[in-house]
Amino acid sequence: MKRLSAFACGVVFALGLGISGMTQPSKILAFLDIAGAWDPTLLFVMGGAVLVAGASFPRILRRDRAVLGDDFALPTRTAIDPRLLIGAALFGVGWGLSGYCPGPAIVSLATGSPAVIVFVLGLVIGLRTGAWLADMPPASDTRRPQRPATIPKGVFDVPPL
Amino acid sequence: MDATAIGYALLGGVLIGVAASALLLINGRIAGVSGIAAGVVTPRRGDTAWRVAFLAGLLAGGALLALVQPHAFGRSPASHLVLGLAGFLVGVGTRLSNGCTSGHGVCGLARRSVRSLAATATFMACAAATVFVVAHLVPRLAP
Repeated sequence: MKRLSAFACGVVFALGLGISGMTQPSKILAFLDIAGAWDPTLLFVMGGAVLVAGASFPRILRRDRAVLGDDFALPTRTAIDPRLLIGAALFGVGWGLSGYCPGPAIVSLATGSPAVIVFVLGLVIGLRTGAWLADMPPASDTRRPQRPATIPKGVFDVPPL
Repeated sequence: MDATAIGYALLGGVLIGVAASALLLINGRIAGVSGIAAGVVTPRRGDTAWRVAFLAGLLAGGALLALVQPHAFGRSPASHLVLGLAGFLVGVGTRLSNGCTSGHGVCGLARRSVRSLAATATFMACAAATVFVVAHLVPRLAP
């Protein structure tokens, strides 16, 4: 049942992306091209989605748990740290180079276009690399092991003269 | 910009919002595509089935669109080499920042998360700057 509802949500999500024009990279690039012939249409995609979700999320989250019994799994991070900003910047560069973000790229896989397959292969390798980078300890933890606080017995055991 | 295009953009946006709301209401999960995909690429026990189902739904929806409305799909002007690199950057970036256009841009803003607002502003600005360089600066340097 959980799989069926997740599947159905995925179908509706994909239809929304396709109907709104998000699966047309040229439209995305025209939206991002502020200095050129700017096409603001995609503002209405995000506007419509945020309006609906923004109205429903607070009401949904008043429940104790989800309809199928799971606890709500919400993001717990709140920090605006270098990792967030560097990651968002890299994502922005990739989005601007291609006109694809993850959702529309996966939906477009259905066309079998080699260009989309190449993008999604890069995406998968990038996700793995990103997970590996995120698992690395922060720079402050990678310092060389410190000398033991006490001098081990035996090292300076020179008999007094 | 014409009224029909705005109508389709709004309708599509509303469907995205409805899908994200339904996934939260029924499954208790956030519809962030990069996060859902990341959980399949680097799986954790017991938390993979719904992700695979959602991604399969995206593919099925895409197949339905390709069947009834093939004009919904366009081509990227970028070469295969650039597309591969762009995909890699999108993957690394969304994993480091824990979200993409859907996770931060739709669900995060809907939760009124300041962190998601910062991420959305950053990736929008960097994407616009990248398009500016590719569309306006590079052609001037290489005639």
